[in-house]
Amino acid sequence: MAKVHVRTEINGEPVEFLAEPRQSLLEVLREELGLTGTKEGCNNGNCGACSVIFDGRVVNACCVLAVEAEGARIVTIEGIARDGELHPLQQAFLEEAALQCGICTPGIIVAAKALLDREPNPDELRVRHWLAGNLCRCTGYDKIVRAVLAAAERLQAQEVPQR
Amino acid sequence: MTTIERPRYQVIGTRPIRPDGVEKVTGRALYGADVRLPGTIYGRVLRSPHAHARILRIDTSAAERMPGVLAVVTHRDLPAVADGIQNLGETAVNVRELAANLLADDKVLYHGHAVAAVAAVSPHLAEEALGAITVEYEVLPPVLDVREAMREDAPLLDESRRTKNIAGQVVGERPSNIAMHHRFEAGDVEAAFAKASVVIEREFRTKMVHQGYIEPQNATAVWNQDGTVTIWTSTQGAFAVRGQVAELLRLPVSKVRVVPMEIGGGFGGKIPVYLEPLAALLSRKAGGRPVKMTMSRTEVFQATGPTSGTWIRVKAGADAEGRLLAVEAELCYEAGAFPGSSVNAGAMCMLAPYDVENFRIDTYDVVVNKPKTAAYRAPGAPAAAFAMESVVDELCRALKMDPLAFRLKNSSREGTRQVSGVPFPRIGHEECVRAAMESDHYRSPIEGPNRGRGVASGFWFNGGMQSTVLVAVNPDGTVNLIEGNTDIGGTRASLAMQLAEALGIPYEDVKPFVADTDSIGHNDVTGGSRTTFATGLAVYEAAMDIRRQMVARAARILNLPEEDLEYVDGGVQSKSDPSKRIGFKEIARQQARTGGPITGKASLVARGVGPAFSTQIVDVEVDPETGKVTILRYTVVQDAGRAIHPSYVEGQMQGGVAQGIGWALHEEYCYDEQGHLLNANFLDYRIPTALDLPPIETVIVEVPNPAHPFGVRGVGEVSIVPPLAAIANAIYDAIGVRFTDLPISPRRIVEALYGGKEG
Repeated sequence: MAKVHVRTEINGEPVEFLAEPRQSLLEVLREELGLTGTKEGCNNGNCGACSVIFDGRVVNACCVLAVEAEGARIVTIEGIARDGELHPLQQAFLEEAALQCGICTPGIIVAAKALLDREPNPDELRVRHWLAGNLCRCTGYDKIVRAVLAAAERLQAQEVPQR
Repeated sequence: MTTIERPRYQVIGTRPIRPDGVEKVTGRALYGADVRLPGTIYGRVLRSPHAHARILRIDTSAAERMPGVLAVVTHRDLPAVADGIQNLGETAVNVRELAANLLADDKVLYHGHAVAAVAAVSPHLAEEALGAITVEYEVLPPVLDVREAMREDAPLLDESRRTKNIAGQVVGERPSNIAMHHRFEAGDVEAAFAKASVVIEREFRTKMVHQGYIEPQNATAVWNQDGTVTIWTSTQGAFAVRGQVAELLRLPVSKVRVVPMEIGGGFGGKIPVYLEPLAALLSRKAGGRPVKMTMSRTEVFQATGPTSGTWIRVKAGADAEGRLLAVEAELCYEAGAFPGSSVNAGAMCMLAPYDVENFRIDTYDVVVNKPKTAAYRAPGAPAAAFAMESVVDELCRALKMDPLAFRLKNSSREGTRQVSGVPFPRIGHEECVRAAMESDHYRSPIEGPNRGRGVASGFWFNGGMQSTVLVAVNPDGTVNLIEGNTDIGGTRASLAMQLAEALGIPYEDVKPFVADTDSIGHNDVTGGSRTTFATGLAVYEAAMDIRRQMVARAARILNLPEEDLEYVDGGVQSKSDPSKRIGFKEIARQQARTGGPITGKASLVARGVGPAFSTQIVDVEVDPETGKVTILRYTVVQDAGRAIHPSYVEGQMQGGVAQGIGWALHEEYCYDEQGHLLNANFLDYRIPTALDLPPIETVIVEVPNPAHPFGVRGVGEVSIVPPLAAIANAIYDAIGVRFTDLPISPRRIVEALYGGKEG
């Protein structure tokens, strides 16, 4: 199958790759670009482990064709910490023990960042609603929700610019 | 937190950040599917479209001729292996049956049973090659339900199977799907029922449910030119994988090296091998190329896990004062395609919260045309507790007795005879029930239409088994903690904390590392709630080894006799003059000139396992229009023995409850009449989402295990045992309907309220 040349931006850096039209963005991120922080849990859009931010929206990378990334701006879990510093969400996940096995964690942190980018002060129900597309089998979500709320509070208190 | 006689600890009971945390929140941690070696090719599995069929012919020639296809394997490529039981920790497997499950030989026994495997230069090409394999089947009638499978005229999965007893001796005369029958019995059940003023008898059904870990099974294998095999995989037990692969491929264990990668959940389901031996065989056929295999989610549902569907009958009697007099039960568990359900564990758990002298429990392990079951968190216990704790709820209502008061009155305690005949050591069921009674939740009223409250208790044995730990002291005073248990939910932290406490050094100075099977002595699985307890014991002993050596080194540095020195608070000091003291870091710094590297070790079979109990309270609201059940409030009380890292203990408690809620309300394997699994994906097999669950309140009870230096019991499993019954009891309280079949789905509720075929 002839490969397509794709120019895109991932985590603020220009990236070019060749992809078969049938390859998903998830497959290219993981297998071609070595960005294995984005996880595969179901490959059909039900678990959210492969959540990435695609032009400002949370998407399941397994449900996006790699060729659709042409001209897009993509943020993966590898782009959440900046300048050697953890994002407040990442710090809150550590402090609140919001992960057990950790396989859903990258997707949940990416999805939660997209929420806080647009709604800096969500309540508990809003967080639960927003994260309903990200399955976690270990935690029962309690500590995850607490961590997101704690991160929101910290971001508000610090008045750090949203990034 | 309810605490009994808590000593003063520096590290234990605090909530530090886990050592592997930063890697996991930044996406850098490497799980099995993240492995990619140079020259990797990709393996895929061809699976049976039928639940029960004879394989007449397999033709792989067309697939083998496809450009880019480098290897194809079928059952013919597996060495013949004889019957032999291998203990995997929580469960045991027969190696011949494990081989037949890995790649079907003469028959396929469930929808999704592996028939052949292919390796090709790309995963897509491997997928296409599967379509070029021709398999001719003679389709046979399937048997899908445990009670149907027990009938004498049921289709037989294996015509040579005879029923065996618990010791493995053949007791059945005719071929049967009943692989094992056992009876647990004590006292005089009939006489005790005759004295009872209330007797309740009910039948219960639960469906197969899956562990539901988010990370699918995966393996990368290389068959090296020197005849050794290296496997990278996400597993609960690297040594269990090594042992199974060695048996299946007829290799000495020393020829197999297993590198445990990070693991994305297991819950018991990542102990048996599915892909590892296939990847190794494909690699050998492909000239030693690394072969990477990952399952799709559909394959995970079709061919791994699940836990048994069950049929259970319970009859229980109590006197007018509310004393439980007798219990009679039959437990029939679906083993799946090969024997080995956890039915006997169910029998041994269901009565554990109670001191009851008269009981008779019959257990049946039954094969059906569904996937071979695997351990799932407290395997066997939740379904049995669902039945028993529902009947206890009915007894309490008939007696007009508070259900927690009933449990307190009849509670097991130290010395109570278990179903197995062994008396309990110190246990904490009474303390759990009391803590539940005193909780804010239980003291708060539940009001409003269609709202109700339920409670239930549960038990799990916990595990001991084998552990090895190595400790190396670095010149900067930090220590490397090398262990062999994959970290599935915070055990690097719980082990590092125990080492820091035992050595009197900061937690941050301990660097835990999970080693591969070539780098450390044997370790049993991360399962059975054993790691923080058993490997923790090894950590403690290795710390004592280090402390002895630190005293000897201090004697040389301080020029004092060893007899005058003792290890105190992270240093060594003179007993006669405590001002003569040298700290851990300083001894570590001088190790090169005082005798060389300081390393400690411990290897053991952990004795003195501390069993676990949990008591839970749930409030629900039932929407009579839609049948939807909303969990309004949930409290889980659990005896941890000692909570090393309370946050991760709470996490285990909450996680088990969440799985139990899914099991009670919406999770089930759905089959059509031909035995096709209809809902092998996360959309149709629905596990709870963040929106389905309330905050789950936790109460940690600490009744220390006297056999562990810090009192640890093990916390991973018991929390999944009570929710099924607690929720059913709450729904009864809300709408007055007793559900004895799981899941209690909206459809079932609406049918029960407005008429229909089920109730």
